[in-house]
Amino acid sequence: MPKKYHIDTRPTPPRFTPIGKSGVMDWRTGCLRCKRCAKTTCVYGVYNLRTFNSRQLADSIDYYCKNCFRCVQSCPVGLITKTINPEYLEMGDTYWTPDIISSTWYQAETGKIPVSGAGYGGPFVGDGFDDMWTDMSEIVRPTRDGIHGREYINTSIDLGRKLPYLSFNAEGKLISEPPSLVEIPLPIIFGELPMGNLNETIYLAIAQAAYRLGTFLVVTPEEFLRPYAQNIIPLLSQEVLNRNLEWVHEAKIIALPHSETIKQSIERIKTARSEAPVLVKLPLTPKAKELVTQLTMEGVDIVHVYADTHGRELESTSPRFIKEMVMEIHLHLVEKHMRDQVTLVASGGIAMAEHVAKIIICGADGVVIDLPLLVALECRLCKDCLQGESCPVEIQDIEPDWGAQRIINLMSAWHGQLLEVLGAMGLREIRRLRGEMGRAMFYQDLEREIFGAIFGEKRGDN
Amino acid sequence: MSTAEKIWPKGWPPEIRETPSRFKRAIGKYWVRRSSLCNDCGICVDLCPYGVHRKIGTKMLLPRDYRCIGFVCQETDHYCINKCPEKALTLIRNPMCDAMGDKRWTADLLISTWYQAETGEVPPGDLEYKVGDSGGGFDKLRFKFELEGERPKEIPDKKEISTSILLNRRNDKRPKVAISVPFYGGGMSFGSVSLTTMLARAKAAMAWNTFTCTGEGGYPEALVPYADYIITQVATGLFGVREETIQRARVVEFKYAQGAKPGLGGHLLGDKVTQAVAKMREAVAGSALFSPFPFHSVYSVEDHKKHVDWIKEVNPHALVAVKVSTPTDVDMVAVGSYYAGAHIIHLDGSYGGTGAAPNIAKKNIAMPIEYAIPKVHRFLIDEGIRDEMVIMASGGIRTAYDIAKAIALGADGAVIGTSELVALECIRCGNCESGRGCPRGIATTDPELTKLMELNWGAQRIINLFNAWHSQLVDILRRLGIQSIKDLVGRTDCLVHLDYM
Ligand code: SF4
Ligand code: SF4
Ligand code: SF4
Ligand code: SF4
Repeated sequence: MPKKYHIDTRPTPPRFTPIGKSGVMDWRTGCLRCKRCAKTTCVYGVYNLRTFNSRQLADSIDYYCKNCFRCVQSCPVGLITKTINPEYLEMGDTYWTPDIISSTWYQAETGKIPVSGAGYGGPFVGDGFDDMWTDMSEIVRPTRDGIHGREYINTSIDLGRKLPYLSFNAEGKLISEPPSLVEIPLPIIFGELPMGNLNETIYLAIAQAAYRLGTFLVVTPEEFLRPYAQNIIPLLSQEVLNRNLEWVHEAKIIALPHSETIKQSIERIKTARSEAPVLVKLPLTPKAKELVTQLTMEGVDIVHVYADTHGRELESTSPRFIKEMVMEIHLHLVEKHMRDQVTLVASGGIAMAEHVAKIIICGADGVVIDLPLLVALECRLCKDCLQGESCPVEIQDIEPDWGAQRIINLMSAWHGQLLEVLGAMGLREIRRLRGEMGRAMFYQDLEREIFGAIFGEKRGDN
Repeated sequence: MSTAEKIWPKGWPPEIRETPSRFKRAIGKYWVRRSSLCNDCGICVDLCPYGVHRKIGTKMLLPRDYRCIGFVCQETDHYCINKCPEKALTLIRNPMCDAMGDKRWTADLLISTWYQAETGEVPPGDLEYKVGDSGGGFDKLRFKFELEGERPKEIPDKKEISTSILLNRRNDKRPKVAISVPFYGGGMSFGSVSLTTMLARAKAAMAWNTFTCTGEGGYPEALVPYADYIITQVATGLFGVREETIQRARVVEFKYAQGAKPGLGGHLLGDKVTQAVAKMREAVAGSALFSPFPFHSVYSVEDHKKHVDWIKEVNPHALVAVKVSTPTDVDMVAVGSYYAGAHIIHLDGSYGGTGAAPNIAKKNIAMPIEYAIPKVHRFLIDEGIRDEMVIMASGGIRTAYDIAKAIALGADGAVIGTSELVALECIRCGNCESGRGCPRGIATTDPELTKLMELNWGAQRIINLFNAWHSQLVDILRRLGIQSIKDLVGRTDCLVHLDYM
């Protein structure tokens, strides 16, 4: 049995009072000054612990209240009422919802999997990743008990190409040389951040987290990242490549942006270091499927396809979602008998642990994440930084150690959630999850198969 | 004597008693505020048929506005807001509704369930009590008659229409257990909920001649007087399972999986394992309890059959129910249970559940029950064994209409849980497992919090809810022209799906 992958979590409180969902209002007029005021009986001591931060203009009550409504219902004159904090509803956008943001904060603070009682309260089905369910194993499948640690569930993936077959010479000696593979213990790589008042500290925090977790950060390399060179996948433009090859010699994997001259760039790297896997960063455009195939044929080891931050196709008038696009690329590679000759990692719209599992089911080997890293560092996705305004959580002033720990906590929580999904499916290897679309259930299919058989044609279907 | 009468052994119908909120202020959909212009004339007291306004002596009390039917009252001749001579009254929608509930259990559904638990009656006014707002499944299904509109005025004599179902349809000489309503209570263990909650459920089950289930936390002594109405659960942890607990049960349920955490086994956090819980489960107080997944002795239908045989051997009169979740091959699982000798296949869909579960599992793993029911129903028909199996469905069944829809989709009946907790004034805050447990004293073993609820109050609230549901089921059957709920099974022709019209 391989050594268990263990992630060191540590409670890492936020620096600012997070924006909470709850809004509690209490009025003074009419108050009877009861001896046992409803506020004193709050099970969570929310009123006793109440603080107001005048610099942040934040009342701790909105964050700590757990929405049980007891105080509301116990005040005899009904002076306490609850609303939803409007500031909470304003966070993020339609894709990066307030609930995703606050759940990410919770995970980054505690390192724990979000757990709650009382069933699921969300919509029946949704867009993007929310129109599929994963399978589980009932009764008659092999034992699995990975979640509580009695059995090992492996979440490692390999970065690099595998040979389609082995060749032997007449004496039976192996003559094919297996290309080098780099194993990471989580199917997650860190990527460049699309926004934020970014400075050295932030990338140092991410690089440190990558180092401590045993994964990588794909980034345009800068000198200050040198101490973490072993965990950096330097993204090198043609122009940098022509100038110097320092990072090419130092890094385990080398990344190139896709360009017209990609072939020459690959050549240059392979001449300098034939053994290092090459990653090509490719936008998910209508041409992506063909380009991935072509790159694979040309010997690229890893393709990193990226959509926009909402997971939408780029350069398209009717953009498709990343999951459908990855599915198409995967199936195309399978059809061409070259799926294992390339590692496919995807980014854009990967916001929660479940998205990792789902994109892998749709055919990716792993993911590259960006915004969740920023949210782990307390970002509220207000996008003020994009307007050149100051960051409400002063993200530029974080301590790298604090930031790294928040990211590590988040990854630990995601790791735990991947185990939940794998455990339920009876899988012990995340590698085996790749492309397992038969172990998922898709809304469209279920509707057609089950309700279609009863109610006929669906409105708007063609 | 009609069939309906025969199946009510303890007198019928159960007594309905008004059982208001145990908190000082109940939450309703509307706020009625009385300003200082009020001169205590008491005209509104006479006007409002819902008892919103009350007067003690010469003084008006605070309006019991949670009972107000809201703006639809405008169309009546007793709209107090306009009739108050001093213009002292105002009516608004309760702004707190926005902060309550969720897509599946909307504020309306919570409030309407509380109303039914308080009064035993179908909610008046514009309170939505049939569907939530999830945008799919039950929330998009309607009985055809609903779209044709108009409520009938008189509810007919309840005895004419039977809501009773059989839990044994095999011809195996085991008792033909019947329940008087097409639903029973799902497993909630001692530990996950308080003993008072368990007892309240058991008393309500007895009053309505149906069942409730122990869950996997053992069989507290206090439940023994209700043994005829209690299903004993045997789950992977085997907590508190003894020969005598199996012998006293009329139905024994094997829990293979549960919808809220399919494939993940049970988990009771250390904080909830008090001395009493630990004793019952033969475990150590304060340490978390895991039920492994799956049964480590079951890897095939043959193994499964051995389990079922073991129960049948220990208790020659018991029926066996098998509770499973809803994977892609749920239909095959159901057939497997048939061949193993089970009487009831209990399908637990992914969106329900009361206990704590990882959010990722509740949302993403296994299929919603609305798909699983027709899938299994049809498959069992094709296999020629549908007539011998009882299909019970759960996982997100919230209302009487959900129950009827589940049956029309192909189930024999439904298993419920959350609705009973809502009747006990659960507000679905989801804190059941944090720290000391439920702040409202329902899903907790904390000695102080448990005191927040009184047994008779709780039992009556659930009895009342069941009464309101029973009236609705009778009403549905009558509108469909069906005499017995048994004839509603699989009648998808009575339903429409709003996306398919
Ligand atoms: S319970 Fe209400 S009336 Fe009593 S002191 Fe508190 S706020 Fe005032
Ligand atoms: S709603 Fe509940 S948790 Fe929030 S302040 Fe009131 S009593 Fe405390
Ligand atoms: S509006 Fe109608 S229901 Fe509401 S308090 Fe007035 S009379 Fe009663
Ligand atoms: S903690 Fe909240 S959700 Fe859980 S039972 Fe209590 S009131 Fe209901």
